Amino acid sequence: MAIVKLTTPLKTEDTEKLKIGDKVLISGEIYTARDLAHKQLLELIDAGEKAPFNIEGSVIYYVGPAPSKPGQVINSCGPTTSYRMDPYTGRMLELGAKAFIGKGNRSPEVIEDLKKYKAVYLAATGGAAALIAKAVKGNETIAFEELGAEAIRRLKVEDFPATVVNDINGNDLYQEGMQQYARGEYAK
Amino acid sequence: MREIDVGLVTEAVAKLCQDANFITEPDLTKALKDALEKEESPTAKEILKEILENNEIADKEKMPQCQDTGLAVVFLEVGQDVHFTGGGLNDAVNEGVRKGYGEGYLRKSAVEHPLRRVNTKDNTPAIIHTDIVPGDKVRIRFAPKGGGSENMSTVTMLTPAHGYEGVKKFVIDWMKKAGANPCPPTVVSVAMGGTFEQTALLAKKALFRKIGSKAEDEINARLEEELLEEINKLGIGPQGVGGRTTALAVFVDSFPCHLASLPVAINVQCHQARHKEAVI
Repeated sequence: MAIVKLTTPLKTEDTEKLKIGDKVLISGEIYTARDLAHKQLLELIDAGEKAPFNIEGSVIYYVGPAPSKPGQVINSCGPTTSYRMDPYTGRMLELGAKAFIGKGNRSPEVIEDLKKYKAVYLAATGGAAALIAKAVKGNETIAFEELGAEAIRRLKVEDFPATVVNDINGNDLYQEGMQQYARGEYAK
Repeated sequence: MREIDVGLVTEAVAKLCQDANFITEPDLTKALKDALEKEESPTAKEILKEILENNEIADKEKMPQCQDTGLAVVFLEVGQDVHFTGGGLNDAVNEGVRKGYGEGYLRKSAVEHPLRRVNTKDNTPAIIHTDIVPGDKVRIRFAPKGGGSENMSTVTMLTPAHGYEGVKKFVIDWMKKAGANPCPPTVVSVAMGGTFEQTALLAKKALFRKIGSKAEDEINARLEEELLEEINKLGIGPQGVGGRTTALAVFVDSFPCHLASLPVAINVQCHQARHKEAVI
């Protein structure tokens, strides 16, 4: 298990060296989007309008944070379950997104597309939302403010922790990990 | 006859909303620490440590353990000698949710229609289940139920021929398919019997049990033990990265049912297993 520091925006030379199970610490800017934001973002782009951020090389974080307390940069902000964003991920990859952070497995189609576009899928620890908030140093709503928790935000992060679940070679930590630990007895 | 002003219900619910999202129950902390002891996978150990550290931060800084502070599920047990004054009971519960989620800076995760999906902005309506019981107290049990775990829950109508092994197989296959999605290590409740809707309700109620407790009915207790062992043998592990602990507990409940039916419900709780109660 390697620990790899990454700085956004990401390039293929960043993603190609990652292996499943590696821990990554991301610094720079990541963009939040989940169900409705993906739908509306793609509708916007299909209508010929400019995206509210540069999707090329971007890291997309599937999250809907709790509302910030006065004086707080961001309140608890752990990942939401990724499979709901599977229908949109192919398009996001076409537009140049390089990494997605969420939790839970992706479809075989998404895993194939990640291979095709040399992008990675990372998991942040679900339910460690207060801990993850500590890695966020800046928080700006940049689109779809009316969606509240589902708006697109630009988060400035320092050493945001995540685990590589799908690398650019089609490997899947959820499959490999489970196979390794599925047995008849506990070791101790 | 005991008169209770519904304002007391509002205050109690508002406090429960916040306590449930900030404070971890001791039985859960113990179960997570035990899991960390037993765990062999380095990645899984990291994750369990993050969860334990997270819960300390949440309690200390009054930040929710998870950003999904859930839909407000409220079980009311109202003593039949109670007379409520000052307004409607359900309204008072909803006002408590509005207050608790507002003042606690908890996420507003309710949408007004499953297809239109416009956020209601105050996390109401609560999902309220009310039972009338003997006495003159009001027992309020609150569980903020997040989408991730709830989405991995199910109700199915098995047949009597499925029997013990059929129920076991259904639950294990289901939890294998759920994989990492409900944020393991999970608390899994299984209800059998009743009717289509009753079995789901029983499964939800069972999530309030203490981790380490056993079902009273001997066959249910045996099923709990065997399911816990089998689910952990799947090796899914914390957050699905592979490991020894996939479930922290399995709770089984049952109810009489139709001679032609074997309804089964599985309600899953994530590793935060949030629930709190108060009595007025």
